[in-house]
Amino acid sequence: MKAVLEQLRRAGLDAIHDKVREGRRLDFEDGMRLYQAPDLTAVAHLANLVRERRSGRRTYFVRNLHVNYTNICNKLCKFCSFYSPPNGEDGKGYTLSPEAVAARIQRYAGEPIREIHMVAGINPKLPYRYYLDLLRAVREARPDAQIKAFTMIELAQIARVARRPLAEVLPELRAAGLAACPGGGAEVFSERVHEELFRAKLDNQGWFDVARTVHAAGIPSNATMLYGHIETVEEKVRHLLHMRDLQDETGGFMCFVPLAFDPSGTELGHLPVTTGYANLREIAVARVLLDNFPHVKAFWIMITPAVAQMALWYGADDIDGTVSHYEITHALGTASHRQALSPGELLDLIREADREPVERDALYNPIEQAEPAGIGRATGV
Amino acid sequence: MIDTTSALEEIERKILAGERLSLEEGVRLFREASPLQLSSWADLVRRRLHPEGVVSYVIGRNINYTNVCWVQCKFCTFYRMPGQEGGYVLPQAEIFRKIQALVDLGGTEILIQGGLNPALKIEYFEELFRAIKARFPVHLHGLSPVEIIYLAKISRLSERDCLQRLKAAGLDSIPGAGAEMLVDEVREQIAPLKGSAAAWLDLMRTAHQLGIPSTVTMMYGSVETVEQRLEHLVKVRELQDETGGFRAFIPWSFQPSGTHLAEVKRASGLDYLRTVAVSRLMLDNIPNIQASWLTQGPKIGQLALQYGVNDMGSTVLEENVVTAQGAIFMVPLAEIERLIRDAGFRPARRNTKYEILAVA
Repeated sequence: MKAVLEQLRRAGLDAIHDKVREGRRLDFEDGMRLYQAPDLTAVAHLANLVRERRSGRRTYFVRNLHVNYTNICNKLCKFCSFYSPPNGEDGKGYTLSPEAVAARIQRYAGEPIREIHMVAGINPKLPYRYYLDLLRAVREARPDAQIKAFTMIELAQIARVARRPLAEVLPELRAAGLAACPGGGAEVFSERVHEELFRAKLDNQGWFDVARTVHAAGIPSNATMLYGHIETVEEKVRHLLHMRDLQDETGGFMCFVPLAFDPSGTELGHLPVTTGYANLREIAVARVLLDNFPHVKAFWIMITPAVAQMALWYGADDIDGTVSHYEITHALGTASHRQALSPGELLDLIREADREPVERDALYNPIEQAEPAGIGRATGV
Repeated sequence: MIDTTSALEEIERKILAGERLSLEEGVRLFREASPLQLSSWADLVRRRLHPEGVVSYVIGRNINYTNVCWVQCKFCTFYRMPGQEGGYVLPQAEIFRKIQALVDLGGTEILIQGGLNPALKIEYFEELFRAIKARFPVHLHGLSPVEIIYLAKISRLSERDCLQRLKAAGLDSIPGAGAEMLVDEVREQIAPLKGSAAAWLDLMRTAHQLGIPSTVTMMYGSVETVEQRLEHLVKVRELQDETGGFRAFIPWSFQPSGTHLAEVKRASGLDYLRTVAVSRLMLDNIPNIQASWLTQGPKIGQLALQYGVNDMGSTVLEENVVTAQGAIFMVPLAEIERLIRDAGFRPARRNTKYEILAVA
């Protein structure tokens, strides 16, 4: 206790500690200070205080499956290595039919998957009907799983091809099976970054408008921030505070997900991979600033399982899931690029960190048993 | 309030007062302290010993002069038995070429290690070391205790005489390799032919008495218990009280893949950071703790700076032993400096004596 208080004082975080302890809201300057304090452990103590106040020792995970239904995209974002341009010149473009997506999901028929995470590029040729058929096909293939699909960018596109306001389209998407939205495409709220890296994509205000409409339709979502490219600390703090404001307004966000930029294969390939310090700091600062977000996620596939495990002490109370079949990015800096963790591996990883695993569905409802009979033991993390 | 369970309060008091922790207290730290508590306490001790905000590294090169070895450690995939196909002894010209490449890069440390090769007696090493020293201004950090014990035996020398002759030929210091776990029950399971914990410690004692300093390692994460890890730390601390010859402690995790213990689960990054922190707290008489990039990778290796580590070890230009086991992390110098700065420290180049040569 004494050592920690001294550490917070030395790190210049004692005033923020007082605010956090008393439940007072932090401001922009506090956010800057949290990012700039060199002592990461001091920041982590504050994040863990908030985390344990909200979730205790609980750490949420989900058995999920990722589906990327098309890689064709007309946004040409500089930070993306996944897309194929719509003119087909690179010969790598694909679009999965609803039947093909259903068939892919059927391959996992024996696994108790609770969440199907479905995001993709903006393929201008896809009609509105495609999206409805896609949702229905997935729901038919796995009626026991919830569908968490479509970034705010995709939702804007769906409304465009439907030629109707998003507010009118959302109930139809919901009726077809949409349970929640993943909150991607936010990147960093900054005119400068938007102009430089993802000019063709929905701008900051557009992202907000879509999120607001989604929440008003009764569909919860996550919120994200892509870090580790050209963004500044100020831009990140503002981004977090914008998210906090919107959450005050709608209450529709479930979880904040800091996304680590992976430069390999992108137009920003000269940038270095994010460090372990950066990965944990983003999680910790978000947890301390976003006092109205129920959850903060450590997305292990981007930051490695080892760092995600540490993150359970740096503010994260969610470690995503088993993530079968992820295609958009992969974590660098690991000996092997893991594409999936078994439920047993995830449970071991959570328990080794003295946390209590809670299996959840896409909406964070706990699932009765964290470890039903028949789950294999971990084979190594 | 930020919680510190009262059970650990007495341990915290001792850490703040700079008092020595017992083996039992070390076990409790391992089992009961949270990762953040361990980080705070280990960092406090690191800061006390190294208040300058500097993290050091040395530019060095490993030279594995032979891979012939009859010891058959179960965790090793590097060795070839005497007479087995694929065994080698590097020719002197090849060794000189490797050293020249290091010197050209501004490097200062040569780590010479190999196996227990019955064909190589004291004269081989005397000749090699003299030849190196005559040609290059490098620090010769070489031969693990196990190699020296064996060398003394096949050369019909006492360990003391053997060490003296090696020193006279140019050996500057000894790497703390092969310590594995300094607990015989563990050694019998993982390296039954490698010799006892006492033999390893005796050799180091003699070396330190002759003015040959060393480092000391710990290979954890195979078959040992937490208590046995602490037993290792306490034995190291006791010898250090006696000789003061250990310059640094280097814990690294057992790499199971490809070994005869492949069923052992690979130790996690969290286990590494806990181990590093408890080591920093227990080893109050050893000035430096080195990160193990090769086994942990850059992310966890960097985080170790907040768990008691103050040194990044050698920027490795060649490491055949660990890479043969599947750990493939290679971190170039610029990347090491970036990671040190990113963690809020200033990178500094040092020599093998841990004297700072240049702060970047």
